[in-house]
Amino acid sequence: MTAADKLAYMANQIARAFATLPPDQAAAKTAEHINNFWEPRMRRQLFSLVAEAPDKFAATVHAAVPAIRPPPQAA
Amino acid sequence: MTLIQETDFGTPAAAAERTVALEIDGIPVTVPEGTSVMRAAMAAGIAVPKLCATDSLEAFGSCRLCLVEIEGRNGTPASCTTPVAPGLKVATQTPRLKQLRRGVMELYISDHPLDCLTCAANGDCELQDMAGAVGLREVRYGSDGADHLHQPKDESNPYFTFDPAKCIVCSRCVRACEEVQGTFALTIGQRGFESHVSAGMDEAFLDSECVSCGACVQACPTATLIEKTVIETGQPEHSAVTTCAYCGVGCTFKAEMRGSELVRMVPHKDGKANRGHSCVKGRFAWGYASHPDRILNPMIRAAIDEPWQEVSWDQAIAHTAAEFRRIQAKYGRGAIGGITSSRCTNEETYLVQKLVRAGFGNNNVDTCARVCHSPTGYGLKTTFGTSAGTQDFDSVEHTDVAMIIGANPTDGHPVFASRLKKRLRAGARLIVIDPRRTDIVRSPHVEAAFHLALRPGTNVAVLNALAHVIVTEGLVNESFVRERCDWDAFQDWAAFVARPDNSPEALEAATGVAAADIRGAARLYATGGNSAIYYGLGVTEHSQGSTTVMAIANLAMATGNLGRPGVGVNPLRGQNNVQGACDMGSFPHELPGYRHISDDATRQLFDELWGVALDPEPGLRIPNMLDAAVEGSFKGIYIQGEDILQSDPDTHHVAAGLAAMECVVVQDLFLNETANYAHVFLPGSTFLEKDGTFTNAERRISRVRKMMPSRSGLADWEITVALARALDCPMPYDHPAQIMDEIARVTPTFAGVSFARLDALGSIQWPCNQAAPDGTPVMHIGGFTRGRGLFVVTDYVATDERSTSRFPLLLTTGRILSQYNVGAQTRRTANVAWHPEDVLEIHPHDAEVRGIRDGGWVKLASRAGATSLRARITDRVAPGVVYTTFHHPDTQANVVTTDYSDWATNCPEYKVTAVQVSPSNGPTAWQADYRAQARMSRRVAGEAAE
Repeated sequence: MTAADKLAYMANQIARAFATLPPDQAAAKTAEHINNFWEPRMRRQLFSLVAEAPDKFAATVHAAVPAIRPPPQAA
Repeated sequence: MTLIQETDFGTPAAAAERTVALEIDGIPVTVPEGTSVMRAAMAAGIAVPKLCATDSLEAFGSCRLCLVEIEGRNGTPASCTTPVAPGLKVATQTPRLKQLRRGVMELYISDHPLDCLTCAANGDCELQDMAGAVGLREVRYGSDGADHLHQPKDESNPYFTFDPAKCIVCSRCVRACEEVQGTFALTIGQRGFESHVSAGMDEAFLDSECVSCGACVQACPTATLIEKTVIETGQPEHSAVTTCAYCGVGCTFKAEMRGSELVRMVPHKDGKANRGHSCVKGRFAWGYASHPDRILNPMIRAAIDEPWQEVSWDQAIAHTAAEFRRIQAKYGRGAIGGITSSRCTNEETYLVQKLVRAGFGNNNVDTCARVCHSPTGYGLKTTFGTSAGTQDFDSVEHTDVAMIIGANPTDGHPVFASRLKKRLRAGARLIVIDPRRTDIVRSPHVEAAFHLALRPGTNVAVLNALAHVIVTEGLVNESFVRERCDWDAFQDWAAFVARPDNSPEALEAATGVAAADIRGAARLYATGGNSAIYYGLGVTEHSQGSTTVMAIANLAMATGNLGRPGVGVNPLRGQNNVQGACDMGSFPHELPGYRHISDDATRQLFDELWGVALDPEPGLRIPNMLDAAVEGSFKGIYIQGEDILQSDPDTHHVAAGLAAMECVVVQDLFLNETANYAHVFLPGSTFLEKDGTFTNAERRISRVRKMMPSRSGLADWEITVALARALDCPMPYDHPAQIMDEIARVTPTFAGVSFARLDALGSIQWPCNQAAPDGTPVMHIGGFTRGRGLFVVTDYVATDERSTSRFPLLLTTGRILSQYNVGAQTRRTANVAWHPEDVLEIHPHDAEVRGIRDGGWVKLASRAGATSLRARITDRVAPGVVYTTFHHPDTQANVVTTDYSDWATNCPEYKVTAVQVSPSNGPTAWQADYRAQARMSRRVAGEAAE
């Protein structure tokens, strides 16, 4: 897998784990998980990838993106 | 310091609460009902002579030395087999008894070599002691008769000898093998004068089923079974209690020394994890500490294709600090990180995470739990509120049904396995969920009621099917759930698992497990009494590892199997201090005590203590670090005692990540595989060379005690302190006790822990605080840490790693008894006698259709890579499944494993890799290239070329 594909795969995997929840809760849980465990540069890459290649991502990830914390400016 | 001598009471303690009062040699004594007269006498300070009795074994009554007289009773009964009774008046020393004992001893000595002065057991021989105790002054039988004095010694075992000439056939070794170890490798062959101890069918010890746990050596009252190190070195003269540095059982040992030389490691009877037992690794495999491969001087080099240059500690530390600061200045603060070691102490891992957070200024710290039990942390914290197992090991003695999921305790956690097998022999039932027929499934006097040999990757499906049966057949412990758990979440979960698509019948095709077996196992688990789940990496190392942990927690909550002895959810941790490394804040999102880095109040606590403002953002996990390295944003790493090149998945990717970095610092005992890509090598210390603590799988914090000076000059904690100071990160510690004091100040679950308390109590299970000043053996009594237990819906999602026409088999990986993790330690001991190389287990059917011969070379290939190793044809694995270990770098099994990982934690999916196996002529070109590169990389300037 390329780095981009791996990142998209991981995001989709997280979304799939919450698939039994109602869509709004699944999106919120996906965002919460990424906020809790993804380092800022990973979130930065995620935002870029979602914009550049939206087809790589499940609907739940797209729904989660607005609740994902923007990374701070790189140190 | 003197040699620690433990009191041998002769027979085991009785568990009864009722007591019995009696009189022995005129001394009144009160003991629990069921106690032997021998033990009662010892409690009164009277040592009755004995040979076949020892308090780790049930009474046997064969040596006829422990005879006593009892007022009002005929004869001279054996005190070991005679239970106390109210009002007994016992005499242990009378003219009649003296005469009888001398006669017995005379017979023993008449067939025993009288070479005490040159015997290795001189000074530590019970036969010698008893001859003195009974006043033996002559042996009247002469030397003309038949004897056993010229029988050949068995020296086949690398660690101990068996000398039948010195054997008194007391059966202690045989009984230790049965009762303590549970292997039944020894027996008494023949009868009468021909009676003798036999390993297997009169085989050499090494060729028999003996697992070299040392229980027989421990039990032997003479020099018949004795450590080769004692023969070579002599008797030890001082000792201290310390903790084994191998698996997560965390056995307590006495390190017995002569000067600064370790003579032997003897399991400590008071050790609460092991209760006096040991395995081949902890007992014997410590020779790596003095192996010539140890690197004792710091080394640096500018590039990984250059030879190493030995430098002073000051030069190495200054160079490392300068390189890290250069990288941060050029690439950013987040361009470096660190990995803490689960083989180092709590204090040492705490310091590495502190160095990363306070010195590097980021949270890029991770630990090897990433690749083993990180899903346990996530799953148990989510459901129960605590990232740890619920029980102590003693709990198994109250278990009626043990369910083992994805664990191989007889190989991975052998001392716990012995305790479990003892309980199973006493009547507890066993359920095993594992694709492979591990030894615990069927071994002497142990047989699983159910072995659910599922297809790799279907754990969640099987657990959902078990839950389906429990819910739909009305086996839920509703009162427990209503009282202790979130009822709404339970109802959601119950409705989910009750769906027809979660029934055993519906999932049979996916799991490969017969529905009837699932139903039987579920009924047994739910209704069999105290049911306990023990699980290992076969649970966690999957793309649904965290989901599986939560499914296990769901089962335990639904059946009320939590919050008391005998039950619970028990992760069997791999490395000795993996629990401790996690407790100490080694994860990139958590500070010590499992508190999230984004929590302002917790961070403020550390900000004030450390005098810095911590970064509130989570850091990179190990796989994320490697990805970032390949991409160019991660350039330096400080690796304390881990070998990620060999242990982590997808070796090509790990190598690419390491090769892309500008400063890789490896702190280890040896030039491990990762060091092939390192620019700085900092020589570490063994557990014998430093003070500290380890925390085992049952949350037990135990002392590690320094037995000898550090061979490299610095203990690992001192190296981190030196590096921190060079990076202007103050670490004002003179001793690890001060580090533990800081840990206790900032970690609520460790609030009551200190070296002084550990010295007083022996060990402490966290939480240890004001509410539980002596620690907490069983968690969640009366309520969960998180409040109400949380049921989580665990939808089964098949892994994307599927068998195909190109890769039609599924590879699963694991461990073997004699080797440990990447083998860096055990490969440098005589344990290689049992496992000199990794082999591939393959089912006869799969071997036959491929033309593979037993012992022949095969190529093992996946989409990630290929390696070659020898095949072992066995029906331990099911058709379609192959299995190997990852202990040897010559094989590099992780060349084959892939980059799939657990959705929640990125724990790699080691347990499912689609592969093809084909006959081969020998190692692959990659293996040959790797060996050449490793040889080049390990050159040290100034050393003679090979």
